[in-house]
Amino acid sequence: MVENRPLLSILAHIVLLLGVAIVALPVWITFVGASHEAERMLQTPIPMLPGDQFFVNLRQTLWGSGLEGTNTAPVWMMLMNSMVMALMIAIGKIAISLLSAFAIVYFKFPFRMGFFWMIFITLMLPVEVRILPTFEVIADLGMLNSYWGLTVPLIASATATFMFRQVFLTIPDEMLESARIDGAGPMRFFWDIVIPLSRTNIAALFVILFIYGWNQYLWPLLITTDTDMMTIVVSIKQMLEAAEQSPQWNIIMMTALLAMIPPIFVVIAMQKLFVQGLTETDK
Amino acid sequence: MAGITLDSLTKSYGPTEVLHHIGADIEDGEFVVIVGPSGCGKSTLLRMIAGLESITSGEVFIGDKMVNGLEPADRDIAMVFQNYALYPHMTVRQNMAYGLKIRKMPKAEIDRRVQEAAEILEIAQYLDRKPRQLSGGQRQRVAMGRAIVRDPQVFLFDEPLSNLDAKLRVQMRLEIRKLQKRLGVTSIFVTHDQVEAMTLGDRLMVLNGGYVEQFGTPIELYERPASVFVAGFIGSPAMNFFRATADDLSVTLPNGAVVPTAQSARGGVICGLRPEHLVRDPSGPIEMEVELLEHLGGVTLLHGPLQGTDQQMVISLEGISEIQIGDSLRFSLPPELVHLFDAQTDRRIG
Amino acid sequence: MLKRVHFPASLLPYLLVAPQVIITLIFFIWPASQAVYQSFLIEDAFGFSTEFVWFENFEYLLQDDHYRDSFGRTIFFSAAVAFLSMSFALILAGFADRVIRGSTTYRTLLIWPYAVAPVLAGALFLFMFNPTIGIFPYLLEMVGYDWNHYLNGRQAMFLVIIAAAWKQVAYNFLFYLAAMQSIPRSIIEAAAIDGAGPIRRFATIIFPLISPTTFFLLVINAVYAFFETFGIIHAVTQGGPANSTTTLVYKVYNDGFIGLDLGGSAAQSVILMFMVIVMTVIQFRFIEKRVQY
Repeated sequence: MVENRPLLSILAHIVLLLGVAIVALPVWITFVGASHEAERMLQTPIPMLPGDQFFVNLRQTLWGSGLEGTNTAPVWMMLMNSMVMALMIAIGKIAISLLSAFAIVYFKFPFRMGFFWMIFITLMLPVEVRILPTFEVIADLGMLNSYWGLTVPLIASATATFMFRQVFLTIPDEMLESARIDGAGPMRFFWDIVIPLSRTNIAALFVILFIYGWNQYLWPLLITTDTDMMTIVVSIKQMLEAAEQSPQWNIIMMTALLAMIPPIFVVIAMQKLFVQGLTETDK
Repeated sequence: MAGITLDSLTKSYGPTEVLHHIGADIEDGEFVVIVGPSGCGKSTLLRMIAGLESITSGEVFIGDKMVNGLEPADRDIAMVFQNYALYPHMTVRQNMAYGLKIRKMPKAEIDRRVQEAAEILEIAQYLDRKPRQLSGGQRQRVAMGRAIVRDPQVFLFDEPLSNLDAKLRVQMRLEIRKLQKRLGVTSIFVTHDQVEAMTLGDRLMVLNGGYVEQFGTPIELYERPASVFVAGFIGSPAMNFFRATADDLSVTLPNGAVVPTAQSARGGVICGLRPEHLVRDPSGPIEMEVELLEHLGGVTLLHGPLQGTDQQMVISLEGISEIQIGDSLRFSLPPELVHLFDAQTDRRIG
Repeated sequence: MLKRVHFPASLLPYLLVAPQVIITLIFFIWPASQAVYQSFLIEDAFGFSTEFVWFENFEYLLQDDHYRDSFGRTIFFSAAVAFLSMSFALILAGFADRVIRGSTTYRTLLIWPYAVAPVLAGALFLFMFNPTIGIFPYLLEMVGYDWNHYLNGRQAMFLVIIAAAWKQVAYNFLFYLAAMQSIPRSIIEAAAIDGAGPIRRFATIIFPLISPTTFFLLVINAVYAFFETFGIIHAVTQGGPANSTTTLVYKVYNDGFIGLDLGGSAAQSVILMFMVIVMTVIQFRFIEKRVQY
């Protein structure tokens, strides 16, 4: 910084550490909750330091039948469902957005702008505002309780299409001309030149979309009535309800922890891509 | 190998015609430079030959084949772009091999050609590097290499030297020239730099505002410029022009000086005198007052007005001169070096 | 908008846009138009008969005190979430921008809540504020304050606000820090030479220069609070007690899926759509400005 004021720097570190502590507190308490026996969690004050039951709880949560008194699927199965859903949404969105952005940028064809605006409109129609009719469509198509029903309605994406369009526009025209002289057709150009040149953008977007997909709540809540299809994020709500009768907070907190870890891991492990993805998609 | 014929090529964007009935016969193995100021349509013309721009009317022949309807890849051409257009994610080797791979050439043959081209261009040691690890001159060579491996009928160059620094540009210019002579491939080279054009081309096509001003050898363009534009564009420093009145074999300059000519004309003309053709002559008709001197070593440039007018002119004298600012000097030149142009059409007289 | 050169038109571009367009048509355009259509209908509870009633559903909604309350509540909720998380993030970003070493470490330590699903954020806060075992009710009781968000609507609202704000701090921090770090150092140094101290510099130089980011985040946070906090509310309060945390989106869900009031729910959807359109337009106009900035 500009001037040398050690006191101010120390203050800065103190405030930041305090901020980190406040932000981390809920997760710390969750972690503590997940490391004690169920009985311990019923005595006030609840502990603020971790207990020794973490791995016992972990085993019971992952491979046990889940919470007593609920009809949730085993947690490992829900984790798998969440993983499949998140991957399908992320990959699906990227794939169809790459294709449509490529068509819109590199071809001149009738109704091009019409398609562009149609995709743009999806920005204005988040799933929350069209819940019921979309649910009806899925029901009519017989896609309830399936991975397709969970993911396909969410994979149209104006944001991703716009981002790729932006990226493609920065690829010099000479790349295309050079490829045409080299004899590359459109799809060959797409695979050999366009995809490799956009791969960091693809990776950055993947991080964002994986988190988006993993954290879906309202849609899976409606589409999956079958416990075998339940995702881990949705199951938390059921467990909270069951907690009224059967307060196994250690299992609930362990499940919550397991539901948080994959997306948090992705964010921290791919921080640079994550930041890039976030700032680019919102531009 | 093949020549190229352009037959009345025209290009329009909507109602605006940017190239007007361009016609030319380019011989097999010839090196033709298209030169002109920016916006004259020279790049568009090249891209029409390449198949990257549509042709509004007229025809392009490569060899005996009319190629209007052919894709760039099917025209048997190679092109070197201004920014090189190397694929940034591929190594030099992959860049050079890409076009051959698409043509499904056997791997061994591809390797052989890439190796050969790399050796010609002295880039063999960089084959496994990515373009961003190379200097500007090396990238330029890779772009050339990519053209050479194709073994095409025609090379097209779109201002390939303009991104290089001055020294490298001169060096690459010579190398391109040597390479073209060695391979004997018909080449078209676009540039806005007249020195580049003069040194490279067997023949030059001077384009201005979408019209061909003149198409000829560098010497023809220099000695018999077909228009005021060509006369002013070719040669450095540029030719001095004066409005003058002609009377058969002499012209009268604005200050009344009478200069003998070889061209015969009458009435209002434009008279052009090259700075390097004027020589000191105490009895010469052209008098100039020296306002500014530029000592370039080999030559000395004198700037100042034609005596009695406010019209600036430049004179180039060999060697280091003892002339001082403020001197008033007289010059003359042989009649056959005086260029006369029609005052209305700007075209050369006679 | 378009490349100077492109591939010749053929069937191919249509095939390329087809997946996106088909999905958009089936799952976006069609349901949205259904919502508009249904908003003009009244259906009896058993779905036997429907009646076309023009704007009756809308008239009913706008006169409905529950709906109007929910509207005001949503706006209060959004404003509180935006203000809370943005000011907290701004302070942290301001200090993180100051520290010479470690601002990336702090960034790592602060951005991960972005990855936590809203419903999980709700679950975490529910656990901390559980009236029987939660740590905060326990502490509050010691100072004589009685916490029970199952009964107290204000407390319930407070709880969903801090849960929603907590999750959004990460996002706001990231954008604020990036904005501050993009201010040329020379401007800050010039202000220091002019004699402005750190606080004054922040107030008169840094904050005005990042105002485009503030505006951008305001819109983003509003959209977040409107649409993405459903999970928090569903997990923590289910809109209660006595509708005191029923936001507009929660009400659409509740009236449609629980109350089975098709026409009313559809009419609410249409109103929400209209609001999204307004926010999107604001967002895009702003982006044009930011490009110049």
